[in-house]
Amino acid sequence: MSVSSATTEVVDPVPGAEAPHLPQQPDLVQLLTPEGERVEHPEYSLDLAPDELCGLYRDLVLVRRWDVEATALQRQGELGIWASLLGQEAAQIGAGRALQPGDMAFPTYREHGVAWTRGVDPLDVISLFRGVDNGGWDPVATGFNLYTVVIGAQTLHATGYAMGLQRDSAETATIAFLGDGATSQGEVNEAMIWAASFSAPVVFFCQNNQYAISVPLERQSRVPLYQRAAGFGFPGVRVDGNDVLAVLAVTRAALQAAREGQGPTFIEAFTYRMGAHTTSDDPTRYRLASELEEWKLRDPIARLKAHLSRSGAADAAFFDSVEAEADELAVRIRRGTVEMPDPPGTAMFDHVYAEQTPHLAAQQAEFEAYQASFEGGEH
Amino acid sequence: MAAQTLTIGKALNLGLRKAMEDDAKVVLMGEDIGRLGGVFRITDGLQKDFGEDRVVDTPLAEAGILGTAVGLAMRGYRPVCEIQFDGFVFPAYNQIVTQVAKIHARSRGKLAMPIVIRIPFGGGIGAVEHHSESPEAYFAHTPGLKVVAVSNPVDAYFGIQQAIAHPDPIVFLEPKRRYWEKAEVDPDTTPEPLFASRVVRGGDDVTVLAYGPMVKTALQAAEAAAEEGRSLEVVDLRTLSPLDLDPVFDSVRRTGRCVVVHEAAVTLGLGAEIAARVTETCFHSLEAPVLRVGGYDTPYPPSKLEEEYLPDLDRVLDAVDRSMGF
Ligand SMILES: Cc1ncc(C[n+]2csc(CCOP(=O)(O)OP(=O)(O)O)c2C)c(N)n1
Ligand SMILES: [Mg+2]
Repeated sequence: MSVSSATTEVVDPVPGAEAPHLPQQPDLVQLLTPEGERVEHPEYSLDLAPDELCGLYRDLVLVRRWDVEATALQRQGELGIWASLLGQEAAQIGAGRALQPGDMAFPTYREHGVAWTRGVDPLDVISLFRGVDNGGWDPVATGFNLYTVVIGAQTLHATGYAMGLQRDSAETATIAFLGDGATSQGEVNEAMIWAASFSAPVVFFCQNNQYAISVPLERQSRVPLYQRAAGFGFPGVRVDGNDVLAVLAVTRAALQAAREGQGPTFIEAFTYRMGAHTTSDDPTRYRLASELEEWKLRDPIARLKAHLSRSGAADAAFFDSVEAEADELAVRIRRGTVEMPDPPGTAMFDHVYAEQTPHLAAQQAEFEAYQASFEGGEH
Repeated sequence: MAAQTLTIGKALNLGLRKAMEDDAKVVLMGEDIGRLGGVFRITDGLQKDFGEDRVVDTPLAEAGILGTAVGLAMRGYRPVCEIQFDGFVFPAYNQIVTQVAKIHARSRGKLAMPIVIRIPFGGGIGAVEHHSESPEAYFAHTPGLKVVAVSNPVDAYFGIQQAIAHPDPIVFLEPKRRYWEKAEVDPDTTPEPLFASRVVRGGDDVTVLAYGPMVKTALQAAEAAAEEGRSLEVVDLRTLSPLDLDPVFDSVRRTGRCVVVHEAAVTLGLGAEIAARVTETCFHSLEAPVLRVGGYDTPYPPSKLEEEYLPDLDRVLDAVDRSMGF
């Protein structure tokens, strides 16, 4: 077991660092620098009107406010747990806004930003984390599947859904969200094999936020994640996940390729989980504060704000109005959460099957009689 | 180590530490078990003291954890695999059921599989989906695997060491909602055998069987029943495969009544097997059918409903009433 030190020494996953056996670390696809400067990319262009840019800014600010409010609600005992998207807003809004109405998204448990772009009510996401249900939204109506907690399982679902689209000659695509850690799961690798084998119209959108709970990326991969795609036989691209414009452009292109029958693409959105893994986690046990400080400089919202101000696309009144809207949203989320009714006990017996079996019906009746016995003072 | 008051979690931690000190072949594997010490901190500090080769933060891949554990076991190591939560054992289920369980028989005893699969199991912690399950019957149903469930710090401390030293693969179930329960652990006492059930409270009227997190619930029920003049005998099953039912049969022959309690869904749960065996062996002593108290036959519900789903003191007492009423 002592061989590991010799081999790990040559592996350095830090972009740009010496790693002679590895392919050159790539540049990120970037359209907006961390300083907010708009730059061009030879392969990905994006031409947005000022109001579209402002729309993206509004999305980013509102989902962050939602997230901050949810974290606070968890701290106050109103939610069982919360998985924060802090720092990943641009990756999620960029990907979500690249989708068209008929497309189908398959999220993990952290895609609140994508949920937002699909018109899912924040309270329908909050209800899951409050323990009221497993997500209150309609996956069919929203084009946004329910959250999947078991790491990687949804990537196969997305692929199968895409295979269905092929059979229906539908001009839509699917997008599967996954984390950097998820890329290690067997099922994720199977999904990529299937997608390649059938040239399925699916985009694998991997938010590399550098950690799977406490485990850093280098435990999952010796190569940049987007390079995995080549081995499966489809294109992979690494995009600056904190640049909403680049993410939008790259994801749009990948979805369009899928719709046109060119098969899957793997997108690695290079980003950082600014918060804890969830509210149950304590990141001080495994990462340095300096790392966080470094990533703060690449904040996805600050750079768009800088660009909007500098280019004159938005003025102070606009920023104020978004702030005010965020305040309102926070109030609505707080009130809606605190006032959210508990489900009735019988809810657990609902929808177990298309039609309740006689056995389960009898069990439910027993349950109800038992519950009622407390009201009658029998106990 | 002197006798001291420990939580179940700390007892496991110290038991793992002792097992690693005693045998250099013991290797811990799992997600986040190294620097973080596991999401429940059961392996806290072990990587620091034993190094990254013996406390392995694995890639995020449960099939990989169990599959490589098989190879390590073939190489003479004793892998102790942590599955982060009960609901995440299923990517590894193939390896556990088709490989870990069968290799000893397949190789006609040439290959040993001394693998311990630690799983924090059961509900009651207010978690989201897949974090509150009781998958024990899947494993107890699989020949070649052994399954134990601990309920207290003493069994946790000794049991994890016994499991690691044992030659067969063992699914080692830890009652996650009881990780913080405390008791005095004296490392110098002689531990009870791993594969033995134990009467934890004597009584005459009804025999109540439980394991893992439900032992405490059964004991609370016995306490409450005593106030009403009813005397419950509580047995901590401790081992689910093989079952050790002789103490249960002795008890039921005296009480004539038996109630089995577990969090897992009632249908085809451990209670079904136990009811069958108790009925076969103690038929003439029984005053009432063996009754089962367990989860309903529904997916584990969202946490706002788990109190209603999980057996509690009242549901145990209700079954006791029904048993007495026969
Ligand atoms: C099959 C499975 N194993 C373990 C877990 C526990 N778990 C939840 S999140 C997580 C880390 C996921 O990391 P990553 O894929 O990078 O996504 P991120 O949380 O960083 O967004 C783990 C191990 C799980 N949910 N499912
Ligand atoms: Mg991650």
